[in-house]
Parts: sequence; C-alpha cells; structure tokens
Amino acid sequence: MKHPFKKIVGIAATVAGLAIAGQSMAETKVGFVYVGPVGDHGWTYRHDIGRQAIEDKFGDQVKTTYVESVKEGPDAERVVRKMAASGHDLIFTTSFGFMNPTLKVAKKFPKVKFEHATGYKRVKNMSTFAGRFYEGRYVVGTAAGHMTKSNIIGYVASFPIPEVVRGINAVARSARAVNPDATVKVVWVNSWYDPGKEADAAKTLIDQGADIILQHTDSPAPLQVAEQRGVWGVGQASDMSSYAPNNQLTAIIDNWDQYYIERTQAVIDGNWKSGDTWGGIKSGMVEMAPWNDAVPADVVAAAEKVQKAIVDGSLHPFQGPVINQNGEQVIPAGEVLDDGALSGMNYYVQGVEGSLPK
Amino acid sequence: MSDSMTILLAASLTIIGAATPLLFAALGELITERSGVLNLGVEGMMLIGAVSAFAGALITGNTYIGVLCGAFAGMLMALLHGYLTLTLMTNQVATGLSITIFGVGLSALIGLEFVGVTVEPLSNLPVPLLSEIPFFGTLLFDHNLLVYLSVALVFGLSFFIFKTRGGLILRAVGDSPESSHALGYPVIKIRYMALMFGGLMAGLGGAYLSLIYTPMWSENMTAGRGWVALALVVFATWKPWRVLLGAYMFGGVTILQLHGQGFGLDIPSQFLSMLPYLATILVLVLISRDRLKLRENSPASLGRTFRPTA
Amino acid sequence: MSFSLVARPQPSKLMVYLSPLLALILTLFSGFLMFSLMGIDGLDALYAFFILPISDSYGFSELLVKAIPLILIGVGLSIGFKANVWNIGAEGQLVMGAVAAGGVALFAYESESIWVLPAMMIAGILGGMAWGAVPAWLKTRFNANEILTSLMLTYVAGLFLSFLVHGPWRDPEGFNFPESRLFSESALLPIILEDTRLHIGMIIALLVVATIWILLSKTLIGFQVKVVGSAPRAARFAGFKEKGLIWFSLLLGGGLAGLAGMIEVSGPIGQLVPQVSPGYGFTAIIVAFVGRLHPLGVTIAGLLLALSYLGGETLQIEMGLPQAVTGVFQGMLLFFLLACDVLIKFRINMTQKASKTESVKQEASA
Repeated sequence: MKHPFKKIVGIAATVAGLAIAGQSMAETKVGFVYVGPVGDHGWTYRHDIGRQAIEDKFGDQVKTTYVESVKEGPDAERVVRKMAASGHDLIFTTSFGFMNPTLKVAKKFPKVKFEHATGYKRVKNMSTFAGRFYEGRYVVGTAAGHMTKSNIIGYVASFPIPEVVRGINAVARSARAVNPDATVKVVWVNSWYDPGKEADAAKTLIDQGADIILQHTDSPAPLQVAEQRGVWGVGQASDMSSYAPNNQLTAIIDNWDQYYIERTQAVIDGNWKSGDTWGGIKSGMVEMAPWNDAVPADVVAAAEKVQKAIVDGSLHPFQGPVINQNGEQVIPAGEVLDDGALSGMNYYVQGVEGSLPK
Repeated sequence: MSDSMTILLAASLTIIGAATPLLFAALGELITERSGVLNLGVEGMMLIGAVSAFAGALITGNTYIGVLCGAFAGMLMALLHGYLTLTLMTNQVATGLSITIFGVGLSALIGLEFVGVTVEPLSNLPVPLLSEIPFFGTLLFDHNLLVYLSVALVFGLSFFIFKTRGGLILRAVGDSPESSHALGYPVIKIRYMALMFGGLMAGLGGAYLSLIYTPMWSENMTAGRGWVALALVVFATWKPWRVLLGAYMFGGVTILQLHGQGFGLDIPSQFLSMLPYLATILVLVLISRDRLKLRENSPASLGRTFRPTA
Repeated sequence: MSFSLVARPQPSKLMVYLSPLLALILTLFSGFLMFSLMGIDGLDALYAFFILPISDSYGFSELLVKAIPLILIGVGLSIGFKANVWNIGAEGQLVMGAVAAGGVALFAYESESIWVLPAMMIAGILGGMAWGAVPAWLKTRFNANEILTSLMLTYVAGLFLSFLVHGPWRDPEGFNFPESRLFSESALLPIILEDTRLHIGMIIALLVVATIWILLSKTLIGFQVKVVGSAPRAARFAGFKEKGLIWFSLLLGGGLAGLAGMIEVSGPIGQLVPQVSPGYGFTAIIVAFVGRLHPLGVTIAGLLLALSYLGGETLQIEMGLPQAVTGVFQGMLLFFLLACDVLIKFRINMTQKASKTESVKQEASA
C-alpha cells in the first residue's frame, strides 16, 4: 500500500463496501466438512488441495475454513449447521454419508449454498458433484490388459457401493477389450483406510498371481506393496509416485480445484444455481498422472487413444453390449448405460471373478 | 516348488508381517500387566512410536535409529502413564484411555509434515546357509531384525518370567503388592520399569508399522491394532508363548480370509472380516475353562492402585 | 524443596468439589501456554473451546444431544466397574441396540402407530442386553475374560451393521448406497425444544440417572455391587452371588448402551447408517471414571466431555487449528481431571519428606 493511487482505491473500496452494507464487497466464507484427516494422502487430501486452490485464486476476497475427521453419523449435522450458522456462504460436504445431514441443514438455511460430493439428493440451495473416476479406470484398464502377463488384475476394494463396483467393472471391460483372457480379482477390506490391511490385501492378490494392483481405498499402502514386489500399481486420488517411483503405472487423480473455484466465483457473482455435476476426464475433474517411463510406447499410445476417445465422446466405458457376470445382457449394442443406471450399479460384468457381496 | 506351496509360503510370510506388530505390543503389555498395572493406552503409544520412528528414520536417514526413536518415544508415553497412575494414583483404566486420545492427537500433530514422504524400509537379514533351505529357509530365516527379535523375546520373556528371580519378583508385585512391599521390594519402582518396558515394546510395534509393514506415516495408521494387542494379553492368559500363538492366529485368520476372497469364497466379506475376532473368542473360551489354572496366571492386583507404607 | 503426598486421615470433603475446579484452572493455564506457543492468541482459543460452542441456546441444545448417549452409557458402565466387571464393549452393545431398534423402525415403515417408538425402545434395550449377555454367559459358564470378549464383539457388531446396510436393509430407492430408508415420522423421537435437535432422550437420560442413583443408594443389589467392588472376599463370605452380579452388570450396561443406540438412530440420525456412533461406547468409559462412578458425577463428566468435542470443532472452524490439537488438549484436560482427584485422599507436603504415614490402599473402582 505504498503507492498513493492504490491507497485511494483502497479507501474508495472500503467506503463502497461499507456503503452497500457489506454485501458484494464482503469477504466470502467457504467451509469444508471432511470425512478423513487432511493428511490421508487420498480422498480428503485432494479436497483440501481444492480448498487451497480457492485461497490461492481469490486471496483476501475469500476465507476458507474446514473441519476434518468428521464422523458420518450424529456429528455431521451439528458441524454442517455450525458452519451455516457462523456466516459461511458456501459449504462443501465431501462424503456420501453427509448427504442427509447436509440436506437437513440446507432446508433450515435457505440463503447458504451447499455442495455435497457423491450424493443424489438436491434442493434449491444444495448441489451435488462427483467425479467420473470410472473413465480414468477404463483408461488404466486398457494399459493393464496390455501389460498383464498372468492375465490377473488385482483390485483392493473398500465397500461394495456402486462407485466402487463401477470402477471394478470399467477396468474389467477395458482390459478385456484388448485382452479377452484378462480377469479382475477383487478383495474387500471393509475399510476406506487401514494401511496395514490394504497392504495385506495387495500381498494376497499378488500371491494369487495378480501382476497389476489397482485400489479403491485411500492409503498408498497397496501401491507400496506393488513397488516392493515388483508388480505394477496404480495411484489413487493423487499422484503417489513418491511411494512407488519405479512401479506406479499411472495414477487417477481427483482434481476438484477448477470446480471449487467456479462454484466460489458463482457465489461471489451471485449466480450460483443448484445442479448436479459429474465431471470426467474432459472437464479436468479426473486426471491421469504421467505414465511410467518403463511402459512401452505402444501401450501408452493405446491408453491415450482410449482417453482421447472418451474425451471426444466417441467411446463410453459402458457402451453396449454390457453383459453381466451371469452372461445376461444388460443393454444391447448401440446403447449406452445412462447416468441413472451407472449411479446404482450393483452387479459385476464379465471378467470379474467372485460374486458381488449383496 | 509347486504353485500351492508357493502360495502357502507367500501367505505365511504375510501372516508373519501382520502378526509381528501385535506380538511386540502384546508382549510389552503382558509385562506391564504382570506387574499389576493395566495400561489401556497401547494404541496411543503405538501411534507415538510409529510417528517418532518414521521421523527418526527420515531425519537421520538410518532406519535402525528410527526404530530406536520409536521405542524411546513409546517409553516416554508409558512414563506419563506411570507418573499419573503410580505417583498420582489415578485410575488406570481412565488414564490409559486418555493416553490413547492424547497419543492419537499428538502423533497426528507431529506427523503433519510427513504427507507424501516415504523412507527406505528395514531390510531383511537372511541367516547364511539356513536361509537357502527350500521353503523353510525363506519361511524361518529370511526376515528383518524386528521379526527375529519379536520371536526371541517370546522365549526370553518366558524364561525371565518363570525361571529368573527378577520374574519371580515381578509376578509377586503383580499378585500381592502388599506382601512384596513387606518383603522389601520397591513395588512402585518395579511397576515403573514394567510400564516403561511395555511402552518401549508398543513403540517397537509402532515402528514396525511405519518402517516395515507400510513404510510411511499417516494419521491413525494403527487402525485398532493396539486394542487387539490388549485383547491378546488376556487371550494369552499372561503367558508369552500364548501371545505368540494368539498374534499368529489373529494375523493368520485375517490373511486367510483375504485369500478366501481372492479364491472366490461366496460369503459376504463382512462375515469373513469377523472371523479373526470370533476365532479369538472361541479359542479363549476353550482355554479358559480350567478355572483354577487361569487364576494362577492372572495378576491378582491388576488394575488396582497401590500406595506403599513409607 | 521436595514435595511428597501425605495421606489424609479422612478423604477431604472440600477437595471432592474443589479438585475438578483446580483441574480446570490447570487445564486453562496449560492450554493458554500451549496455544500461545503455537503462535495463537491463547485467550481466543480457550474462549472458542469452552464458551463459544455453548454461547447460544442452539449450541447448548447440541451439547445436551451429544452428552445424552455418553451419560446413559456412562451410568450403566459405572455399575459394572464398581463391581469389577470390565465391560469395555459398550460400543458394540450400542450398535446392536441401534440395529434392533432400526429393524423395528424399518419393519414398521410408514406405520403411524404410536407404539412404534416404545417398541423400538424395547428392541434397542434388548438388542444391547443380548450383546452384553454373550460376555456374561461366556464369563459365568466358561470363565472367559469379559475384557476380551466384549471388545472383540464390538468389531463383530460393527461389521454386522455394515453387512445390513450394504445388503438386506439398504434403501431400495437409494441407488444401492449403504444406508437404510429414512425412518417414518412415527419412529423419530419427539423434539422437546423447537428448531433444535434436542429430543425426548434427554428426559429419558435424566430418569435413568435418577433410577440408578436410587438403585445404588437404596437397594440391596446396589449394596452388593459396592461391597463386591471394594471387598470381594467379604462379599463371598456374605454369600453374595458373584455370577448374579456379572449378569446384572453386563445386562444393565448393555441395555443402557442399547438404549443409547436406539436414541441415536431414532433421534439425531433418523436412519441406519454404517457408522451410528463416533465412539460413544469408548468415551463413556472415561466419562464413568471421570465422574467417579457416581450418577451425578457421570452426568457432569458427560457434559464436560461432550463440550470438549464441540469445542474441538469450534477451534477448527474459528481458529483454523487441525483436529490433532483437539486430541492433545482433550488428553491434557483428562490428565488434569484424573490427577487432581489425588488431592481428595492426599495432601501435598512441600517442605520436608513424609515421615511415617498411614498406608492407604485404593481399589481401582474407588
């Protein structure tokens, strides 16, 4: 504020701000409710990177706050409400289990905007958003189908919910598209986050012949095991190559930065509207980390071709015919599973071993 | 080697990995409880051990120094428990639980800077010649230092408790602090030492997690292993070799259910995940039926505060 | 100068009330120090932790909502702890109570009967009792230590609930997400303070506290509990049935934990979800001991612990502190609370070493 002109502008801005009673010039407050610790390396960590992106972008104009490790259950509603009551304009709740608590608070605070990740309930002041991570998994599956020698792709899974099932199916479909003998072997650890158990599951899969390990749990442990055992692993949520410099095939990165900035901007501009955003590779919400240098060029080319086709819309990971594990046709050739069918997916497709826990 | 032998060997190695941190923490708690002190803070001590071991290894670049840091930090936590329960005579159950809350928070605070960092895991030390025996060589003689140490401690502590004078005094203090005191043994001092040994071992268990099992630090990475270790001491009826049995059984059932899933076992995975806990209860029931034998083992003054006559 | 603890001839009546205050002062002082060292305004932080969360009526109602399950479970457990029955599996008993009550609510879906809630309550209590009965049976029949069995059963209960909400009980219209239907209006606890979440469970909790108080001070079984806890040998001579007390403690503790589970799913949550409790069953163990195993003490301790969780959230929102700080601060608070109780039976001798003093033996449950 050394420059006299800047000072004048500053004073003018302050006066203007006071004049319109702190409406448009006031600091916008954005709150985040996280299900895990920001240091989980995975899901919550990436959301917090998104929060920091808002801070970087808007500077003093926006103030962000967060509460981490909020348990799904009775605590969630209290935390969301506390944020709404303490002057936040926009609140992101980033776990499925926060859906009903967020909805309850949204109804009581019509002026506050809410953004809930991975849910399906919306009202006028509550949006939903999620990433089409299955697109990333479809790309990975292409490479995995080429690279596997044992034809067994191992999958460390958390809980049998549609989000996870979709990812497993996407991998099976793309791997078999390039390698009809490929199969996906799934082990459920019944936890989002238990490094030891995730590592054990990865070891188990490798011992049973898997030579590529994918995971839908939050810690880098399965990837580390892949590195130790000299098989391929795939990073989850963020680029985890520091944990497996030699054996991370690629990583499927959650990138919320752009979406968070857009939504914050919309609140500042006063044109925020409730909606449902399901962003994939095209929108940048799903990103692929650089391919490992050791991956043959033709494999990278094949995977990138698939990636391009998904982006330009010429390929859909679940385009017909989609055939489930029992050999029944879910949809015929020429059709595509719509978002409704995708969001409730509760069956395995052909190529996945074992049966889905019901 | 045939395929099935290869899988059996690999699964066994995984079981050893899963059992070792439990074994350390449980053996330490066993000594603590033998002296009559119940420390429910194992989970917190393990976490502090894990983060300190990781920090130590990261800063010095030497994994073995990391292990020592973990052990030392676990010991400091136990010392805090000791100051509260032995000097200030607080309730042991509540103090232990508070130690866990405190340890979870403090370890997370220390570890804030370690996101995305990894260290070189502790390397294996194969025993020359023996490790080259097919199957059994790899199974028994190709491990890292901590695995050897954990098994050696089972024998060492068994010998100490039942065959040495020191062990006799420890048991006497745990069974009847009043008469031990009357005989001139420094009850409080012995309990402090037992507690600190327990903390040291929990710290080693934590170090095993952050330096070997999954060489990284992340919040709450013990994921309840401290509680399982506590249960294993009861399971073992305060005998070291039974801790070994319990830890390997618990680890074994955990790994086998994962293998079962991999082979396509058609049971909901939640029920499979229950198996280690149910198996532990079942075996405890089978070994607890002889009431008199059990009473001889359980430290009679466990959980009670003792104040010596000056 | 050395200091030592000298046994008081009689427990100090004054210190019974003064020691928690002293603990609070020490906590405030060291909290101020800790926050200041972290470069934060210590007074602001303490204000955000202790005062801000309950500075309006809504905040206060949330304090009560959070404390209800802690108090309910805490008073139930304190009976067992007095009688040296170590039930540390209240968390699992809570979950099974929630499962049983939730089962009734789902079975009676869209029913408008006024009997749904009483049925849920009974189911919740029975569910918790059933889960408490397993360790009781294993202990009395097979001599299996209840510390292990009750703890292991907690994990089993959690996985069982997970199985239900991922499978047979998940919401048919919920896109296969792991949660049950939202309960019908008739299965939700009535709210007693408008525009808050404060439900009738508070009155239930108060009734339970009063009942347990009477039970402990006026009935034979209460007397037995106290005698067995403080003098097991005398109790055996007096012919008290040890097995009966084990059953009584675990059924009562389990039943109240189950009731807490019912209250949670039918109150603040309103459906079955994979995680119905943020660890109330474990926190209640601390509540029981910080409350000195006395119903009134447990009530106050429950409120204090609840405040410490609310305060931790406020610290994060207002001061931008990581959650880890809350854990450290909570730990400190508990250490001081537990440690200051030493002053009830002892006094500090600052000048010289203690000479001959009477020995005092304290039972764990004292």
